[in-house]
Amino acid sequence: MIAYIVRRLFSTVIVMAVVAFVVFSLLYLTPGDPAAVIAGDIATDEDIRLIHARLGLDEPFLVQFGRWLWALAHGDLGTSIFTNLPVTQLIAQRIEPTVALTVCTLVVSILVAVPLGVVAAAKAGTWLDRAVMSFSVVGFSVPVFVFAYILILTFSVQLDWLPVQGYRNFRDGAWEWLRHLILPSIALGTVYVALIARMTRASMLDVLAQDYIRTAEAKGLAPGQVLIGHALKNAAIPVMTIIGMGVALLISGAIVTETVFALPGVGRLTVDAILRRDYPVIQGVILIFSAVYVLVNLLVDLSYVLFDPRIRY
Amino acid sequence: MSVDAAVPKTISRGDFAMNQRSILLRSISAAIFAASMAAALNASVALAQGQKVLKFIPQADLRILDPITTTAYITRNHGYMIYDTLFATDAKFQVQPQMVDKYEISKDQLTYTFTLRDGLKFHDGAPVRSADCIASIDRWSKRDALGQKMAEVTESWQAVNDKTFTLKLKKPFPLALEALAKPSSNVPFIMPERIAKTDASANITEPIGSGPFKFVKEEWVPGSKVVYVKNNDYVPRKEAPSWAAGGKVVKVDRVEWIYIPDSATAAAAINAGEVDWWEQMPPDLIPVLAKNKSIKVENIDPLGSMGLLRFNFMNPPFNNQKMRQAVLYALDQNDYVLGIAGDAKNGHPCYSYFTCGTPLASEVGAEPLKGKRDFEKAKQLIKEAGYKGEKIVIISATDQPIVHSQSLLTAEMLRKLGLNVELQAGDWGTLITRRTSKEPVDKGGWSIFHTWLVGPDVTSPAVNFAVRGSGQKAWFGWPEDAKIEELRDAWFAATDPAGSKKAADAVQVRAFEFVPYVPTAQFILPTAYRTNLSGVIIAPITLMWNVEKK
Repeated sequence: MIAYIVRRLFSTVIVMAVVAFVVFSLLYLTPGDPAAVIAGDIATDEDIRLIHARLGLDEPFLVQFGRWLWALAHGDLGTSIFTNLPVTQLIAQRIEPTVALTVCTLVVSILVAVPLGVVAAAKAGTWLDRAVMSFSVVGFSVPVFVFAYILILTFSVQLDWLPVQGYRNFRDGAWEWLRHLILPSIALGTVYVALIARMTRASMLDVLAQDYIRTAEAKGLAPGQVLIGHALKNAAIPVMTIIGMGVALLISGAIVTETVFALPGVGRLTVDAILRRDYPVIQGVILIFSAVYVLVNLLVDLSYVLFDPRIRY
Repeated sequence: MSVDAAVPKTISRGDFAMNQRSILLRSISAAIFAASMAAALNASVALAQGQKVLKFIPQADLRILDPITTTAYITRNHGYMIYDTLFATDAKFQVQPQMVDKYEISKDQLTYTFTLRDGLKFHDGAPVRSADCIASIDRWSKRDALGQKMAEVTESWQAVNDKTFTLKLKKPFPLALEALAKPSSNVPFIMPERIAKTDASANITEPIGSGPFKFVKEEWVPGSKVVYVKNNDYVPRKEAPSWAAGGKVVKVDRVEWIYIPDSATAAAAINAGEVDWWEQMPPDLIPVLAKNKSIKVENIDPLGSMGLLRFNFMNPPFNNQKMRQAVLYALDQNDYVLGIAGDAKNGHPCYSYFTCGTPLASEVGAEPLKGKRDFEKAKQLIKEAGYKGEKIVIISATDQPIVHSQSLLTAEMLRKLGLNVELQAGDWGTLITRRTSKEPVDKGGWSIFHTWLVGPDVTSPAVNFAVRGSGQKAWFGWPEDAKIEELRDAWFAATDPAGSKKAADAVQVRAFEFVPYVPTAQFILPTAYRTNLSGVIIAPITLMWNVEKK
């Protein structure tokens, strides 16, 4: 298993190197010049040229890439062109809301979606199954931002139960922290609930048709025991896989959710950086996202052992 | 991954594994619970009770802290929070001393002597000295167009002592005080000498001024929040506030700029009372907020902003004066007012190259733009220009509604004139990069872009950089016209208000012949604030002193 983890971590480094090169190349080719953005609307060619030279943006591609890579190898993601703050500091400032949002969403989604999928499978073909699947279709089809606005209008503006926007740190109080995450987590989690519920249902239906389930039922186990103790455990592996793959969906959804709910997370940092062509920030954030995605999928692979002890790496 | 079928699946082994997992899960849950309780118990209350906190949604995100390297209005507004100026312009367009206590001008108008007020201190506790003022003005004059003009005639700046300094000129420059009181970008803010010595093209990293608020750098989250606290050491002037002049009396303890990029969320936040003030709201949300009796929607900007359509003089067909004149005859400013401001109440046509409502505004020479729209005349001019169907590329930015609405209107208007128009829309970051290109349109160049400038940036030939005809040194589009430059120089030489007005009229008459750009509308983006706020200053810049929260 250790050899497997080492191999996977090594492949992560290769994946990230490829990501780094592709991202840097794409940004180099993308139209847009941070010097022009910095100089502002009322600038002249000369103003922009001076800023260009100061930032080293007039140097050849390979020189810029080499310099960035060298700094990266030393653990330095660079400095924001606009704020003059280190990219690591900017990401550190923003990581808590994003982690809190994604973890809350993940927890809420799994807690809601798995039971829904199990119930739909157990009651396959009934109105309950159709209702769960209809909810899944709606969850998949309605864009995150539309759902977010509906939630804001209902629970913040009309009922005044929850805040419209913003984030509170956990250290400022657990309840305030949670209050600011409820609506964003629901908005972001809807797609995820739909995805996991559908996958759980499909996987459960597959398992429920197996011989050992019939045996379990035949020896008189309670339906709940059969469903949870025998069927769900064995249906969990495909669900775990889809949860891992869905992290990308979660990250892209977090960007929209953070914008709508004005959460100061890494997603908004990314959007702002792209709009301003703050290259070091874009590169740093995408590298981090790639690393997270690869590592989460590694963890998912390793988690299979928990559900099926026969699995060995 | 492999499945080891050789491992027997026994109940005892499964139970043992289950127990192990359950112990692990219980331990993790216990740790999380303990951490939450500790956090809740140790919850730090960020604000002392009873503090008055003004929560404000700014028009843009504050990214750059240096008001000299950028002309961005959000950075200018940040500058007014933490810096002070030697002079300031008041609501009557008069220059008033601000940090300066008294000043003298020699009879030959070549020597200005300034004495600073008592008690001026920077946020790091150091007193404001003459050397700080001289270094700050020196850095500003390397970047600002009016500052550069003044630098051309400056012989020296000299400190007499820590509180008194002189400006010596090679020849009289009647606009010297106006330059030092320039209300909009770039504003000659005063910084400590050690900071003002920074290269004028490099951003400063220490936001330390002597203004009425202090910047709290530790709480700055770019893209989300900016925090200022009251500067208790600030000594305001005794006069009532008037634009950026007069007493800057701070009536709240803390100001938080909360950047909310999404308009719908911002509207919901002010509706729910989570914020107190929204600086600029899109016109389509005015009716939504107007229904809430706890919110006041107001126009606090007496000058508004001026939309403009800029031609590229490097490419055909608008390198031809008759083509540009044709646009004057076809463009209807009323359409642009509605397109930008949504409602005629929030704007009006302004047939002047200088902000309507300011002393130099006039309609002299404006007949082609002002009269009844004459498409036949426009078509005749296009014919005389020898237009051969060259492609006209309008670059636009869909993330900037003011830019994009103008672009759509212009594209439609030019198509009505039978021109070959292509609207190429991207984002603002792309537009402001692409407009630097002098290439032909088929190689990434452009023919027209739109933008807008705030009223104070267009009040005179000195600050209206878009009207200039200095060729390659001019603003994007690079119009070249020696005559307009001569007339501008003549305006600088004018020594009295009547002479200044006459010279500005001459600049405008030439501008309507040469057409460096077309003014499209004058509009105001209203502000919205909760009714528990009072004392919001009517000014073309958003200023936060004098604002009281109940």
